[in-house]
Amino acid sequence: MTDKQNNFTQTASTEDIVNLSTFTSVENYDILVLGGGPAGLAAAVSAHENGASVLLIERERRLGGILKQCVHDGFGLLRYKERLTGPEYAQREIDCFLAAEIPYVLESFVVDVRKEGSGYVVCAQSAAGMKAYSCKAIILACGCRERTSRQVFIHGQRSAGIFSAGTAQYFVNIQGKMPTKRCVILGSGDIGLIMARRLTLEGASVVGVYEIKNAPAGLSRNISQCLDDFGIPLHLSTTVTEVLGTQRVEAVAIEKVDTNMNPIPGTREIIECDALILSVGLLPEIELANALDIPIDPATKGPFVDQSLMTQAAGVFACGNVLHVNDLADWVSWSGEIAGENAAKYCRNPRGFFTNKDGCVGGEPVLLQYSKADFLYVVPQYVSSHGPFPLTLFFRSREDVKDKTITLASGGVTLPSEEALQDGKGGGYISKKYRRIIPSEMEALKVKSLGRLGDAVEFRLKME
Amino acid sequence: MEIICIVCPNGCRMEASGEGGNLQVSGNLCPKGIDFAKAEITAPMRSLTTTVATVFPESPRLPVKTRSEIPKGKVMEAMAKIRTVVVHEPKKVGDVILPDVFGTDIIATGELAR
Repeated sequence: MTDKQNNFTQTASTEDIVNLSTFTSVENYDILVLGGGPAGLAAAVSAHENGASVLLIERERRLGGILKQCVHDGFGLLRYKERLTGPEYAQREIDCFLAAEIPYVLESFVVDVRKEGSGYVVCAQSAAGMKAYSCKAIILACGCRERTSRQVFIHGQRSAGIFSAGTAQYFVNIQGKMPTKRCVILGSGDIGLIMARRLTLEGASVVGVYEIKNAPAGLSRNISQCLDDFGIPLHLSTTVTEVLGTQRVEAVAIEKVDTNMNPIPGTREIIECDALILSVGLLPEIELANALDIPIDPATKGPFVDQSLMTQAAGVFACGNVLHVNDLADWVSWSGEIAGENAAKYCRNPRGFFTNKDGCVGGEPVLLQYSKADFLYVVPQYVSSHGPFPLTLFFRSREDVKDKTITLASGGVTLPSEEALQDGKGGGYISKKYRRIIPSEMEALKVKSLGRLGDAVEFRLKME
Repeated sequence: MEIICIVCPNGCRMEASGEGGNLQVSGNLCPKGIDFAKAEITAPMRSLTTTVATVFPESPRLPVKTRSEIPKGKVMEAMAKIRTVVVHEPKKVGDVILPDVFGTDIIATGELAR
């Protein structure tokens, strides 16, 4: 994030705007859910079902989050065992949320969040003015943002016609306006691939998708059905190095890159186009986490959490894409459920949250160790032998690897699996064999229990 | 020949050899891969998702999809038919927006409130 953006954030949430004594009434809830996309909707329903009073705050006019504009299908295969489009998936989550009659506010933008006693105060702005809410726990469900052209350092003019893939998607699918007649797509993330197909279907010419790395970032099925089906070329180890055009994009310069991603002299080529569409990655939206000084994992770019999905700030939970950028909405919803359930438990008994079944305090979450050479990241980052269970470790491999076994170990000891403990044989492992793991596809290792290990002091995830 | 299965996000890289009833498929994680590979070689089918225009200024587009798959080669023709539609009434998920497009219906995938 640039300094400019930071300054802007601070201006928007400056403390002199928000002084509690200026509010005539402060609404009180157990839990405030910030964000009405799939993570927030699932979190709110789960918290409500677990007995908490919940308010969901959404900044847009409608619930559903980014799924509203993801009109393509492939959602819900895990959660609903059906292939749904984004709007259909969103509608199911919205219907479930509305049926629970959970209070919510729309077109309300959270401008400040701060610790107040043992809980938190959240101030949200809407057309009606500023409103303050107090709560015991907060669930961050504010999703992610796209990286911008400033963040990938493209040289040249600041002409009109440079869009993030999500912005292009908003123009086409929500507003029905075409942002381009002939475009170049930089980056092979899934949204870029989806937009290559979408713009082609709507009559635009997509010259090609250019990826600086030597492997595509998106799912292979999207390379196949979005590019190959329409004859759109994918150029690997190639990037856009300059944007040409003063008022509007007129062309871009592309160059091949070497293994260190430096442009190779003599490979420069000019491609005429009226737009450059960027699909160069997503970053968790952590402005509110930053406002609370919550530690951020440099690997995920989202908050550190334990297996209850609580951040390092007591009572603040995170789920969905604010936690780490997920491949599937199904996993976003699922993490929302975990955060909602645990936030409700936290509200009932904040001090006993890490108390085990026998009433002994202990099992404080410890930082999960892993090799950065093997893994890009692992979530949750903190693990406790006292639960809650099941614990699912989400991880991404750093490299494209074949025939690997992922094992969860404690100290020098590999943990016996629950099945092994139950059948008395021992010697089982919490491990899973993978035929192939690729960085663009998140994997999940489900752990039903860590047995009666007591207060393990070290957990390590290994790839062998 | 290599075929990437598009049925689910696993995106299995399959190898298909042989012809007709003698088709051999490997690399698939589930039986759906075999069906997909067979269809891909004989008569490839695709689902189509897009949007249609509405008369409502607050929601100028309504997302839609083919109820079942249509021939891959008919996708652009189907788009041309769908592009002629303008929705004048509120709709719910599953409502038919345009019937009988290459053997299936175009149905709403989102809600359109008045």
